[in-house]
Amino acid sequence: MLLEVTLSGVTLGGMYALVAMGLTLQYGVARIMNLSYGELLIAAAFAAFWFYSGLSLSPLLGLIVVPPLAFAASYAIYRYLLQPLVRRAKTRDQLEVDSILATFGLLFVIQGVMLALFGGAYYSYSFLSVPLQFAGAIVAANRLLALVLAVVIGLGLFLGLTRTRLGTAVRAVAVDPVAAQLVAIDVRTASALAFALGGALVAASGVLVSMFLTFNANLGVVFTLKALIVVIMGGVGNLLGALIAGLILGLTENYVATFIDPGLTLAATYAIFLIVLLVRPQGLLGRADR
Amino acid sequence: MSAVVAGLGVAALACVPLLLGDYGLSLAINIVSYTVLATAWSLFSGPTRYVSLATVAFFGIGAYTTAVFAETLAWPLVLLIAAAISISVAGIVGLSTLRLSGVYFVIFTLGLAELVRQLVTWYEVNKTRTLGRYVFTDITAAQIYWQLLALAVLVFAVGFLIGRSRLGLALRAIGDDETVARHSGIDATRAKVALFVLSTVFMTLTGAIMAPRWTYIDPAIAFNPVISFTVLIMALLGGVHRLYGPVMGVVPLALLFEFLLARFPNHFSIMVGVVFILVVYAIPRGIVGLVERTVRWPA
Repeated sequence: MLLEVTLSGVTLGGMYALVAMGLTLQYGVARIMNLSYGELLIAAAFAAFWFYSGLSLSPLLGLIVVPPLAFAASYAIYRYLLQPLVRRAKTRDQLEVDSILATFGLLFVIQGVMLALFGGAYYSYSFLSVPLQFAGAIVAANRLLALVLAVVIGLGLFLGLTRTRLGTAVRAVAVDPVAAQLVAIDVRTASALAFALGGALVAASGVLVSMFLTFNANLGVVFTLKALIVVIMGGVGNLLGALIAGLILGLTENYVATFIDPGLTLAATYAIFLIVLLVRPQGLLGRADR
Repeated sequence: MSAVVAGLGVAALACVPLLLGDYGLSLAINIVSYTVLATAWSLFSGPTRYVSLATVAFFGIGAYTTAVFAETLAWPLVLLIAAAISISVAGIVGLSTLRLSGVYFVIFTLGLAELVRQLVTWYEVNKTRTLGRYVFTDITAAQIYWQLLALAVLVFAVGFLIGRSRLGLALRAIGDDETVARHSGIDATRAKVALFVLSTVFMTLTGAIMAPRWTYIDPAIAFNPVISFTVLIMALLGGVHRLYGPVMGVVPLALLFEFLLARFPNHFSIMVGVVFILVVYAIPRGIVGLVERTVRWPA
C-alpha cells in the first residue's frame, strides 16, 4: 500500500516538476509571470483527448504534434502580446505587474474558449490502463509511461540547456539580462525562445497528464498554482530545485489524499508553501539575491 | 462646500429604491456592491501596487458567516463576527507574504479563494453532510441597498482619511520605492498588513450583506473567482491612484457585463477577458489617468 502510494506520488511529482520547468523558463528567463500557463496544459490535454476519441489516434502521436503547435502559439503570444509590455515597462516590477494582469486576462479568454467548446464536464479516456507489477506493487501502465516520458523530456531539456551554445545563452539571460547583452547575446530572441519553449513543455505535460488524470476546462488555474509553488519552492530558474520541489509536492498530495482526506490536498500544498516562504523564501536551492 | 455636495449626492442615491422597480434595484445593488469592493481593493493595491487576486475569498467568507449565523444571532453581531474572521485571515496571509517580494503575494492570493473554498467544502461534506445552505432572513432588497450604500460612504470616508494620514504618506512612499521608504524609517510591513486587513474587512462585510440576496449558497457560488476578476478589471479601468477612480470603472463595466451576460451567456468569460486585456494595454492608468492627461494638455 505504502509503496503503491509512493509510486503514484512520484509519477504525479515528476509531472509537477516537468510543468514547473516550463514555468521557470518563462519566469526566470523571459521575466513573464504567466498566469495563463495552466490553461495551455488543459488545452493540450483536450487536444490529446480529441486525438484519441475523435481521430482514434494514439496520444503519443499527440505528444509529437501538440508541443510544436504550442511552441508557435506561445511564441506569437510573447511576440505580439507581451513584448509591447516589455518595451513599455520602465522597471522589472512594472513588467511583473503588467504581465500578471495581461496573462490574467488571457487566462479567461482561453478558459472561455475551452468552456464554449467542451463545456464544464470532466473528460478522460482510457489509454493503456493495464495494471503492471512493479517491485511488488501494482502500477497502471499509462502512469509509468507518462513518468518515463517526463524523465526523458526533462533530461533532454537539462542537457539542451547545459550542453549547447543556445542553452548557455538562455541561462545567461536568466542570470543577468544586461550583462548577457555585453557578451553579444540577443536577449530579446533568447527571451522569446525561452517563453515559447516553456509553452511547448507545458503542452507536452498536458498530453502526458491527460493519459492518467481526469480534467475539465476549469482546472488550469490549479496547475498554474502548483507550478508556481514548485518554482518558488525550488528557487526561480533552478531546474534541479523544480524537480525536488515537484516530487515533494506530488508525494505529499498522495500521502494526504490516501491517509488523511482527499479534500485536504490543496490545504497540505499550501501549508508546505507557507513553511517554505517563512523559512527559505529564496527557495530550496535558490540563492538569496532576490 | 464639497461635503454638502457629497451629502446631497448620498441622500439622492438613498432615494433610489423608492423610484426604481425590482430590476433597477437589483442593478443598483450590483453597482454599489462592486463600488465598495473595487474601492476597497484599490485602497490597498493602488498605493502599494500589490495585485490582490483574493477579493472573492473574503467576500465568500462574509457570505458564509451570514449563512451560518444569520438565523440565530442579531444582525449587527453577524457583521461583527464576519469582520473579526476576515481580520484574522488577512492578518495571517499578510504577515506571511507581505514581507516578501510582490510576486509571492500575488501567487498566494491567486490560490487563497480556491483554498478557502476547498476547506469550506471539506467541512460541509464531512461535518454538516450537506454542501449547500439556505439563507432565510427578513432583510429586504431595499435594506440591502441601504446597508451597501452606508458601507460605500464608510469606505470613501476611510480612504479620504487615510490619504491625509501618516499611514497614507507611508504607503505612497512604499509604492514609489520600498527600499527608500524603509531607509526613512517606515515600518513597511506593518503599514502594508494594516491596510490589507482594512481593505479585506470591507470586502467581507460586502459579502455578508449580499448573502441574503441569494437565499441559497454553496461554496461554488460564494467563492466564484469571476468576482475577484471583475473587481480587478473595474478598479483598473477606473484608475487606482485616485480614491474616486474605481467608481468610474464600476458603472460602465457593471452595465456592460449586465448586457453581455444577458446576450452572450456562453461566451461571457471570453469577452470579459478581451475587455480586460484591452484595458491593460490601452488605458494602463485608467479613465481617471486618461482624463487628467487630456485635460492638462490644452492648459
